[in-house]
Amino acid sequence: MRQIAIYGKGGIGKSTTTQNTVAGLAYLGKKVMIVGCDPKADSTRLILHAKAQSTVMDLVRERGTVEDLELEDVLKVGYGDTKCVESGGPEPGVGCAGRGVITAINFLEENGAYTDDLDFVFYDVLGDVVCGGFAMPIREGKAEEIYIVCSGEMMAMYAANNIAKGILKYASSGKVRLGGLICNARKTDKEFELVSALAAKLGTQMIHFVPRDNQVQRAEMRRMTVIEYSPEHPQAQEYRTLAEKIQNNKMLVVPTPLEMEELEDLLMEYGIMEAEDEAVVGVAEAAAR
Amino acid sequence: MSTEIKKVEGITKESTQEMIDRALEIYPDKAKKKRVPHLAPNEGEGACVKSNRKTIPGVMSARGCAYAGAKGVVWGPIRDMVHVSHGPVGCGYYSWGTRRNLMSGINGVDQFAMQFTSDFQEKDIVYGGDKKLKTLLQEAKELFPLAKGISVLSECPVGLIGDDINSVAKASAKELDIPIIPCNCEGFRGVSQSLGHHISNDTIRDYIIETREFPEPIGPYDIALIGEYNIGGDAWSTKPLLEECGFNVKSVWTGDGEMEKIAATHQVKLNVIHCYRSMNYMCKVMEEKYGIPWIELNFFGPTKIRNSLRKLAELFDDTIKEKVEAVIAKYDPLMQAVIDEYKPRLERKKVMLYVGGLRPRHTVNAYEDLGMAVVGSGYEFAHGDDYERTSPEMPEATVIYDDITEYEFEQFADTLKPDLIGSGIKEKYLFQKMGIPFRQMHSWDYSGPYHGYKGFPTFARDVDMAINSPTWSLVKAPF
Repeated sequence: MRQIAIYGKGGIGKSTTTQNTVAGLAYLGKKVMIVGCDPKADSTRLILHAKAQSTVMDLVRERGTVEDLELEDVLKVGYGDTKCVESGGPEPGVGCAGRGVITAINFLEENGAYTDDLDFVFYDVLGDVVCGGFAMPIREGKAEEIYIVCSGEMMAMYAANNIAKGILKYASSGKVRLGGLICNARKTDKEFELVSALAAKLGTQMIHFVPRDNQVQRAEMRRMTVIEYSPEHPQAQEYRTLAEKIQNNKMLVVPTPLEMEELEDLLMEYGIMEAEDEAVVGVAEAAAR
Repeated sequence: MSTEIKKVEGITKESTQEMIDRALEIYPDKAKKKRVPHLAPNEGEGACVKSNRKTIPGVMSARGCAYAGAKGVVWGPIRDMVHVSHGPVGCGYYSWGTRRNLMSGINGVDQFAMQFTSDFQEKDIVYGGDKKLKTLLQEAKELFPLAKGISVLSECPVGLIGDDINSVAKASAKELDIPIIPCNCEGFRGVSQSLGHHISNDTIRDYIIETREFPEPIGPYDIALIGEYNIGGDAWSTKPLLEECGFNVKSVWTGDGEMEKIAATHQVKLNVIHCYRSMNYMCKVMEEKYGIPWIELNFFGPTKIRNSLRKLAELFDDTIKEKVEAVIAKYDPLMQAVIDEYKPRLERKKVMLYVGGLRPRHTVNAYEDLGMAVVGSGYEFAHGDDYERTSPEMPEATVIYDDITEYEFEQFADTLKPDLIGSGIKEKYLFQKMGIPFRQMHSWDYSGPYHGYKGFPTFARDVDMAINSPTWSLVKAPF
């Protein structure tokens, strides 16, 4: 069983990419489980055709304690026999979403959700690793392989570099490795080259460049993955290719995150960012005239 | 288990039910609905009440937390290990020595009946406490080189911020060459201390058992004493008693316990379990994994001790049977002398109990040996299987209560007018203010031991002292 965690900046398309990739693996005959580790609980809707799956934490809130839950209450089966679980958690601004992730994963372990017939487990984790709870999927004995979803946008690349820093911490004490960057294209300038260059600097690869295509949105409106909605469409083929690349990926590395200056140099090199002019720093508009 | 049905004059199913209904009257409907299944007249068999459910908000409960179950009960009593209360200082401070699980040895050299805590500060919460834990483990090893291991017992904040104590423990264990056991027993987990027992049993299973062997060859009479915490020296009564009967008690879990002996317990021939609630998990693990049978015994009061020893002897050969009979013959007259002395003063006195894992049923017969009757009993954190074991011990139709609230307890005491209440520190002053004699039955109220033949005279003396002390007739309540 290979356990894989997907990280990336919020809104970059982690859940969409994860579900389409998983559908690709299911299409290839693989048995997969998705564990959604985001209180928004939108990591499984395309696989289940559901608005929102009832989450582990929802049921804990309803019944009082996690000990009162049964596995079948929270584990649903969707497209291609894919098992789906959502950890769930509080609305923004209250409680502790990180603990929700810990509780949910502990629950799955204790109740035998990790069955031997599974080929892959995917953790779809909330944007930033803001506390220990969101590092739970990459603790020892869990995911040993991480993919970062990013694009050629500046903030997405910052986030990817920050996540690589987090991975470095866990990689130095455990077995977790970076498997690559998945470029979820936004059609920014020189996107392919830029993300490839960042990947190279991080010591990894851009495992696949997923082009932007509105077919993804058309499928999402039907709460489906592209692979299920239109298996013949070129975009479906992109996700199948990504799935295959992940399946065959042998390049698992301890990342070498960039210093902020290095990252900025890289962005400047590709014209994403302009060089800073120290002479104008702190000078008000009127004074500059 | 006794076969005849015990009765208490004036107590019927109807009278008990009426008392329960009256106590529940004051509750709002929602709370009442939740409490109803937890209170019932004893039916003589099966679990007559619901248990192991969340305490309802707004009531006073005597329950503890998962950390309490791990620190105070399962891990804490192991004497040659350092037990770290990992988190802010309060949990460690307030669990310092409170269970009176006595230890032999020299403090700081080969036993560590002291308090270790990582004393989390604001910055440890914000930046994570993993580094501090690593330093602490190193310092503990340097300061106490003879410690056989270290347990890391998580307090709530550690679980909330998601510190990975498991990986710190693993790395430090390797570096310091000493077993370090991470125990994720955060207080907010589960409904009571019971989950802490379970989590701790699981860590013994995952980190300790089978990691050592006994140096000497295994004999046919090698047993382990499980769920004996040496409260007030209990194990120093039961262990010699079993040895007098011809057994080799290879390890005690975990009262005055030794890490390496606990780790080698997979080699024994039989596990004798006293506190079923807190350690049945490991008995079942050892039964499944190593084929070690287990037997549940009761060492409170001469009748139960006699029955228990005979039940135990049945599993062994004639050598043991003869020794057991000789032991019974030796102690029976001594125990009879104790009964003869105290029974006249205690006969027909009524007791109510509300304690933890085994005493609400295990001590019932000890009171009966002294001519007393238990008229109400219940547990803080028991499960259905505990209540099943309680029904046959209790007199007919007496009240059984689960996770009782202070209010209900007070109401029942007011109706039943017991001569003694045996419960915990939170209940003590309530009932003393009501003028009811009270014994703190978690810690033996600074006394003990109460287990075994050595314990019974002390038990009888303490009960007599509480009930027949002239103090209560001298104080007059001003209201």
